[in-house]
Amino acid sequence: MQYIDNVIFLILLIAGFGLFAKSLKELYRNIKLGREIDRTDRKAERWAIMTRVALGQSKMVKRPIAGILHIFVYVGFVIINIELLEIIIDGIFGTHRFLQSVLGDSFYAFFTGFLEILAALVVLAVVVFFIRRNFYGVKRLTMKELFGWPKQDANWILIIEFALMVAFFTMNGADFYADSTRFSSNFPISKHLFPFFGNFSIETLHIFEKSAWWFHFVGILFFMNYLYYSKHLHIILAFPNTWFANLEKKGKFNNLDSVTKEIKLMMDPNADPYAAPAEGEAEIPSKFGAEDIFDLNQHQLMSAYSCTECGRCTSVCPANITGKKLSPRLIMMKTRDRLEEVGKNLNKNGGKFVDDGKKLLNDYITKEELWACTTCNACVEACPVLIDPLSIIFEMRRFLVMEQSAAPQELNLMMTNVENNAAPWQYNQADRLNWAND
Amino acid sequence: MDFTIKTMADYAAEGKSPEVLFWVGCAGSFDDRAKKITRAFCKILNKINVEFAVLGQEESCTGDPAKRAGNEFVFQMMALTNIEVLNAYEVKKIVTACPHCFNTLKNEYPSLGGNYQVLHHTQFLKDLMNEGRLKIEGGSFKGKKITFHDPCYLGRANDEYEAPRMLLEKLDAELVEMKRCKTNGLCCGAGGAQMFKEPEKGNKDINIERTEEALSFEPKVIATGCPFCNTMMTDGVKHFNKNTEVEVKDIVELLAEAEDL
Repeated sequence: MQYIDNVIFLILLIAGFGLFAKSLKELYRNIKLGREIDRTDRKAERWAIMTRVALGQSKMVKRPIAGILHIFVYVGFVIINIELLEIIIDGIFGTHRFLQSVLGDSFYAFFTGFLEILAALVVLAVVVFFIRRNFYGVKRLTMKELFGWPKQDANWILIIEFALMVAFFTMNGADFYADSTRFSSNFPISKHLFPFFGNFSIETLHIFEKSAWWFHFVGILFFMNYLYYSKHLHIILAFPNTWFANLEKKGKFNNLDSVTKEIKLMMDPNADPYAAPAEGEAEIPSKFGAEDIFDLNQHQLMSAYSCTECGRCTSVCPANITGKKLSPRLIMMKTRDRLEEVGKNLNKNGGKFVDDGKKLLNDYITKEELWACTTCNACVEACPVLIDPLSIIFEMRRFLVMEQSAAPQELNLMMTNVENNAAPWQYNQADRLNWAND
Repeated sequence: MDFTIKTMADYAAEGKSPEVLFWVGCAGSFDDRAKKITRAFCKILNKINVEFAVLGQEESCTGDPAKRAGNEFVFQMMALTNIEVLNAYEVKKIVTACPHCFNTLKNEYPSLGGNYQVLHHTQFLKDLMNEGRLKIEGGSFKGKKITFHDPCYLGRANDEYEAPRMLLEKLDAELVEMKRCKTNGLCCGAGGAQMFKEPEKGNKDINIERTEEALSFEPKVIATGCPFCNTMMTDGVKHFNKNTEVEVKDIVELLAEAEDL
């Protein structure tokens, strides 16, 4: 019976990571539902961007308060997780503070002391975030579009992070009061937090310490598996999302090759319009633009999962600022909602999508939102993880216009003018030089 | 105009080619307000003896508004037609006063077979100034308060923030920056084919929001670098009944005025 702890620990560990791996597999499958896009060129540049933007948080600090607090949580999270290594070793082998024997007393003291300071910064940040989100009223964090699950999700994350840090401090504090000769200088923060621990017996303190240790461990496993269902997935996907980001100028919208072929054929006086397509070139009738998540590319789908719903995009969107329905954040959230719905459909039907009569367009994103966009790229510029909501808006406009001829009447008029008069207004092309004679 | 505007066809007939093709654009050709920008730019080029030509009747819309509205067919029809014309004249260098034309010609034509050096008029003039061919003195704008509204398709879309500011600085004016400028600039509301339709329902028009911000600095001039921004900001200034106090002018108009052209 003496190994029961270790066995329970191992089972939880394997189950936790196993479930997580399953989620990641599903995530990968869902992203692969999109169209392929080759973003593997210019590798050096991509590594540099990922390092700067995801690892270095360069875009986060554009809003200094949120940016710096976020760095506390981020650095704290990454470094405190080194402790997970110790937890795993202790858990499997039944040791206690294994790293102390490896690092030596003085370095271990420095190391755990450093972790405690980081943990304190995390607590500070998490508390400020909670207040900003729930009481202080930062506009982008209190908009109606976040009501319901997005708001709860955000709060749960903050609460879990807070609880994990409290468990970390409790564990250290109990350890300190149980055996202060061993940890006299290790715990700069926790040793001051729990003076009442001094009244407890060693056995009680051990129970406190062990309970907090288990809570911390199970909490981490839970949090890891919560990611897939949360906006917090960005802690993983921010990295690939920035690596695969669009490196072209923001104003450069892609040209559809299928259209080029058609038009060149139209313009070529020698072309035989009835000619069968050349061998091996059998035309697969492709859809223009995007109606559902299957028509978006894989990076756009990954971006939907990478979105943290921070709303920096929406807060700079000229359409949104002036009260129009468009919110770039909501475009990303709805894309993800639809993608998750399709994912569940696949799970239910043995990996095959069974038509559910719904589409991203209309059922999730309305035309009114799409037509409000000025393509100004402010949302793209604002995103801390290089998401491009504009590219989704643009693809859906393409679908509306080229597949459904469903542009607003005034735009139809403009397009007819361009087509017939070579100008968006109804002027005669022969008058193009009149300005020179005025 | 008190000098002749030559077309590419004129140059071809002489067996010559100009230093640069001036892509006038639809607004610059047809819109009464934007035509003034076109003429101001031509006056500057003429004054400093830059040999330039326009396409005149051979120019078509670049296809930008159709593309951004989602109509790839119409866009490519325009693009491929224009590319045929440009390539037939063996055009190497293009300058335009419209950031939308600039962006499309520069970024979207190459993969369709149109490869040119494309410059926004502020970039072109900046180069001329660096070469010592263009000299600007402050003139009538000395000490006057000017604020510059970044066009999205020059700024965020193509990362050019410096050229227009460098020209404005030469006017010895007091250049004040709006809070939302450069990468954080606010759209005038015309981009993405919005110019050609009524805005969607909201509580305010975008150009009103933007003009309000510009007017809060009480400038004498709101400087623009795009014919669409110019229209939107002009409408905004009229909305606030400030059109007698505040002028909306393209940078080349300011330069031409400073030089008393």
